[in-house]
Amino acid sequence: MKKKIYSVLVENRSGVLCKVSGLFSRRSYNIDSLAVGETDDPKVSCMTIVSSGDQRTIEQIEKQLNKKLDVIKVKTFDEADSVSRELMLIKVKYNRSNRRDIMETCEILKAEIVDMSKNQMMIQICDVPDKIKLLINMLASVSVIEVARTGTLALPKCVDTE
Amino acid sequence: MVNDMIGAEAIVKCLEKEGVEYVFGYPGVAICPFYNSILNSDIKTILIRTEQNAAHAASGLARVSGKVGVCAVTSGPGATNVITGIATAFADSIPLVCITGQVNSELIGSDVFQEADITGAVESFVKYSYLVKDVNQIPRIFKEAFYIANSGRKGPVLIDIPIDVQNAALKRFEYPEEVNLRTYKPTIKGHAVQIKKVVNELSKAKRPIICAGGGVLLSGAEKELRALAEKYKIPVVSTMMGIGVMPTNHPMYYGMVGNNGKPYANRAMNESDLLIMVGARVADRAVSQPDLITENKVLVHIDVDPAEIGKNVGASIPLVGDARHIFEDFAKEEFNCEHDEWIKTLNEYRNTMKRKRNPNPEYVDPAAFITGLSEKMADNAIYVADVGQNQIWSCTYHIVKNGRFLTTGGMGTMGYSIPAAMGAKLACPDRQVVAVCGDGSFQMSMMELATMRQFKVPVKIIVLKNNYLGMVREYQHYNYKDNYSVVDLSGSPDLEKIAMAYDMKFMRLFNMENVDKTIDEFLADDESVLLECVIDPMDLV
Repeated sequence: MKKKIYSVLVENRSGVLCKVSGLFSRRSYNIDSLAVGETDDPKVSCMTIVSSGDQRTIEQIEKQLNKKLDVIKVKTFDEADSVSRELMLIKVKYNRSNRRDIMETCEILKAEIVDMSKNQMMIQICDVPDKIKLLINMLASVSVIEVARTGTLALPKCVDTE
Repeated sequence: MVNDMIGAEAIVKCLEKEGVEYVFGYPGVAICPFYNSILNSDIKTILIRTEQNAAHAASGLARVSGKVGVCAVTSGPGATNVITGIATAFADSIPLVCITGQVNSELIGSDVFQEADITGAVESFVKYSYLVKDVNQIPRIFKEAFYIANSGRKGPVLIDIPIDVQNAALKRFEYPEEVNLRTYKPTIKGHAVQIKKVVNELSKAKRPIICAGGGVLLSGAEKELRALAEKYKIPVVSTMMGIGVMPTNHPMYYGMVGNNGKPYANRAMNESDLLIMVGARVADRAVSQPDLITENKVLVHIDVDPAEIGKNVGASIPLVGDARHIFEDFAKEEFNCEHDEWIKTLNEYRNTMKRKRNPNPEYVDPAAFITGLSEKMADNAIYVADVGQNQIWSCTYHIVKNGRFLTTGGMGTMGYSIPAAMGAKLACPDRQVVAVCGDGSFQMSMMELATMRQFKVPVKIIVLKNNYLGMVREYQHYNYKDNYSVVDLSGSPDLEKIAMAYDMKFMRLFNMENVDKTIDEFLADDESVLLECVIDPMDLV
């Protein structure tokens, strides 16, 4: 099983997200994460899909995506050849005894405390997916109230052009 | 300039611009504006008796005419009923444009009477679908839909049009000259480097073979393929959808492959050292063991759909493009390709590896009957096989001369033959059209006898009657030790009375006596005839 990132430019029309995600379920391809947003051109959206499978599946996913008439362009790349980021908001319960620990963890992992009440705090982290996982692990002993994640966003690394 | 044209009239105008002659369908409130407008057009409407058959009839018409088949049905149940027909066309890559009426735009999503999310429901069975929200987009959408359906890998396109859009006034009707789709540019010409590679392999090959699929017929490449096969003595086998790429008795044709195909065709394909697979999906029924067609050989896979190449089997030389263009390019090359030994071996296989049957003399033998029938059929006749044992017997024993053999090899939808034969007959009124079905598949489309009668479509129908769902019974015979479950069709009606009810000529054969005379009479006039052949219920393909 290899992990691949697909950056899919699609027509920004209603129903397109459903068509693309439907393709994955219909052909039983995995979706590890999916993130969608408008690009600089409001008529075009970019879907970042992280998927995994064997070599044949990976190839088929790209070909089947290209067959969809609302898909403008598909770029497939490895995590290593790209810059990827994910944003997570995580709300935890704290008390006097673990407050310091949580703050230190946040400092080490470059996470930010963005909201607070007397016994709850909301932490924001924007980093590579591995770091997000690490923060979740580090907060395992704290009682987590709720979590929201964007899914991976990625673009291929910059290259020198003429 | 005053322009009173409404959406419904614009749709009809679009169909006229596309040269549509027939619309198959079933009206309902949500499609009534369209059916009202079409009264003022020369386009003929055929009232089919259930919506699924509208798509099958359009498919039959499309396959013999090369044009896009059109059907138009109402919202809700009308639209959902047509889905199986659309899925059948999708699996077999048949170009259709299917128009569905929809409830008022403002009511979409509120679950009102006869509302169904049809664009959502057909998503995995269509090449593309539209929900028309702006009446002014109708010309563009129809132009695109016909282009998408009949180019690249062909397939069905659905256009869902709310009733208020059909009734809304258009600013101006202007049918676009061409389409401009940035996301859809099918590759038609094969890559020159890949073509050279194939030619190079052909000149080295000791045991070359071509396996032709339905894509060859869809691109109209029969002539080009035949020319190449004849010039270099390259043997040809076909998939079920490819039957008819060459006359069955052509010396270079070695039959259908697959688990229901000719044993010598499979052996030829497996023993080749160069296999050129063209317009075929390499699906399980044609190639049950993909490793056998890659072992010890060079596999060239030609398809207009890049996703088919490498989906089920890895090709040594992938070649994306339209079959006709690619074979035209092959014809421009000069090369040597000699392999007399191989042809000798294959002829020996063909002569010795014959399937033996022990027909029960008390019944009609479907094998001998079908061969006898096809010998007497017109040179350019259209033979439409349904699904089941009748289909396998048809594939095995029907002899294609210069006509067509139609069946649904991809989806395998029972009941396909009668409506598809009707569509084919309407498209080619001068050709003989024969539908062959079993008693199960006949009863799935029996209601269309009324359509044939009403619109005077003289299709000839043969029912191989064994009072069983024969193909499933055969499967239960092999896999469940003759524990037959839900395959008994003994409640079927007396077909003679059915024929009488529809004013059809009726004939019946109990055994092989008088078979010649019966076939002669069956084929004699251009009129509808229902011929029942009583076959052994325990017969196996």
